[in-house]
Amino acid sequence: MERKSLAFTVFIYACALLLAAIILAPIAWLFIMSISPAADLAAKPLRWWPQAADFSRYQQLLSTAENSAGAAFTSSLRNSLEIAGMATLAALALAIPAGWAVSRTPAIGWSLSMVIATYMLPPVALAVPLYMGLSHLGLLNNVFGLALVYLTILAPFTTWLMKSGFDSIPREIEAAAMIDGAGLFQTLRIITLPLAAPVMATSALFAVLLAWDEFFYALLFTSDQRAKTLTVAIADLAGGRVSDYGLIATAGVLAALPPVLIGLVMQRALISGLTSGGVKG
Amino acid sequence: MSSTWMTTRAWLLMLPLLVVMVAVIGWPLVDTVRLSFTDAKLVGTAGNFVGFDNYTNMLSSSNFSRTLVTTTLFAVISVAAEMVIGVLAALLLNQQFHGRAILRALMILPWALPTVVNATLWRLIYNPEYGALNAALTQLHLIDAYRSWLGEPGTALAALIVADCWKNFPLVALIALAALQAVPRDITAASLVDGAGPFNRFRFVILPYLAGPLMVALVLRTIEAFKVFDIIWVMTRGGPANTTRTLSILVYQEAFSFQRAGSGASLALIVTLLVTVLAVAYAALVRKTAGSAA
Repeated sequence: MERKSLAFTVFIYACALLLAAIILAPIAWLFIMSISPAADLAAKPLRWWPQAADFSRYQQLLSTAENSAGAAFTSSLRNSLEIAGMATLAALALAIPAGWAVSRTPAIGWSLSMVIATYMLPPVALAVPLYMGLSHLGLLNNVFGLALVYLTILAPFTTWLMKSGFDSIPREIEAAAMIDGAGLFQTLRIITLPLAAPVMATSALFAVLLAWDEFFYALLFTSDQRAKTLTVAIADLAGGRVSDYGLIATAGVLAALPPVLIGLVMQRALISGLTSGGVKG
Repeated sequence: MSSTWMTTRAWLLMLPLLVVMVAVIGWPLVDTVRLSFTDAKLVGTAGNFVGFDNYTNMLSSSNFSRTLVTTTLFAVISVAAEMVIGVLAALLLNQQFHGRAILRALMILPWALPTVVNATLWRLIYNPEYGALNAALTQLHLIDAYRSWLGEPGTALAALIVADCWKNFPLVALIALAALQAVPRDITAASLVDGAGPFNRFRFVILPYLAGPLMVALVLRTIEAFKVFDIIWVMTRGGPANTTRTLSILVYQEAFSFQRAGSGASLALIVTLLVTVLAVAYAALVRKTAGSAA
């Protein structure tokens, strides 16, 4: 075993503290801004710690009083939830059969490779026709239209995850059920899909994260509270003439909360997903 | 069961996905190609066929070459920094110390933070009047007067790169850490017995295990960085004086701000081609690295 000197141990702990500070300082500052009185944030020298914690901005943003900052925020929150939910369900509905088919029939694998290769396409390469098409269908500024567009991102990714998930379920289990007289759909329903449930959950969470994070299409294809998503609402706040920076920070904290919680819960799945993707190439 | 039936059945199960992909990716891509040869506007006129005019105009414009340089600078510097910092963080997290599991969990935070929230957060930090960076540097007596980090051409791109690195290096670190944990302990132990110093041990014993996964991370991050839009749009919109304008921002301005759908489409396809070339070159590199490391 490696012998560790005291100096080495001190060095390791110093580096660990530095890394923790680099990661935490900006996030902590976002939260501190959200609960600092506006006067503290405008003070020179800047007051790093609020004299009194002020949670009123959270109340303000989550209120639904008409024409308030809260109304714009809560409607965008609802739109983001609806769009992420619809797009995720639709992506899984496409990905589960396709992922299983490719996993069990490698001969058609090239079609999935083509679907996945679209990841390289910059969204700008699709944006103009998508804009014209949605406008033609009356789906601009519409949650259904944006959810449909999000399938360009979500469907290839979830199919790839589902395919790797099915790969790790031995075919022999399915074959055994079929020999016992179960039909294909019965086998899938009773044997394969329950075994694939954890992968489905992981895929769904990843899909929600991707949809929640999306900004470019949402910026282009939505224009008011009927369809604007949280990311667009926050960019509006950040770029607008809001004088209270704490309010912008509060919106950021609220928008970051769901994905950060999902990320922490999914830690294990996330890291193993990264590894398999990284090692298999 | 016959294999023809198996294949037919597989195609039937793929069909819904393929139909949707053709509708939302295939058709738009083909239509972008068609538009790129016309002078169509975003709204109204269908436009006339203009041959390669859009392409030649774009490729010869100084806007394009400037933007290409900016995009390349952004992609190369931020990805290189992310790889170096990410690997250093992974080497640290691979050591034994108290609090290691917590630190590893913290690495998820920047990754999970939505890109737009990250951009907004850094925009607030860099704020010229009330920002935390100005306050901290002034209180430490490192600068005399507040500066407009995102408003000055000299610092805007660097400030963006820092914000982008902070969000993305933890992902590289987690990938590298997973690869490090796959290095067999007896190999590192044997190299110690053989008297390898820390540098040689990293270079000859550990790096071969890291090379494959890191190449994949490098490819994915470079493609993403080349397509960058969100963080720049929220923080600077390509300013000041277009010093942070990347290719995706330029396409957005051309097609949507100026409503020139035709020339925007041609530019979008040039970007697509550049990204494809990058990806193919990288894929070959990955195959080579993975082959030599195995």
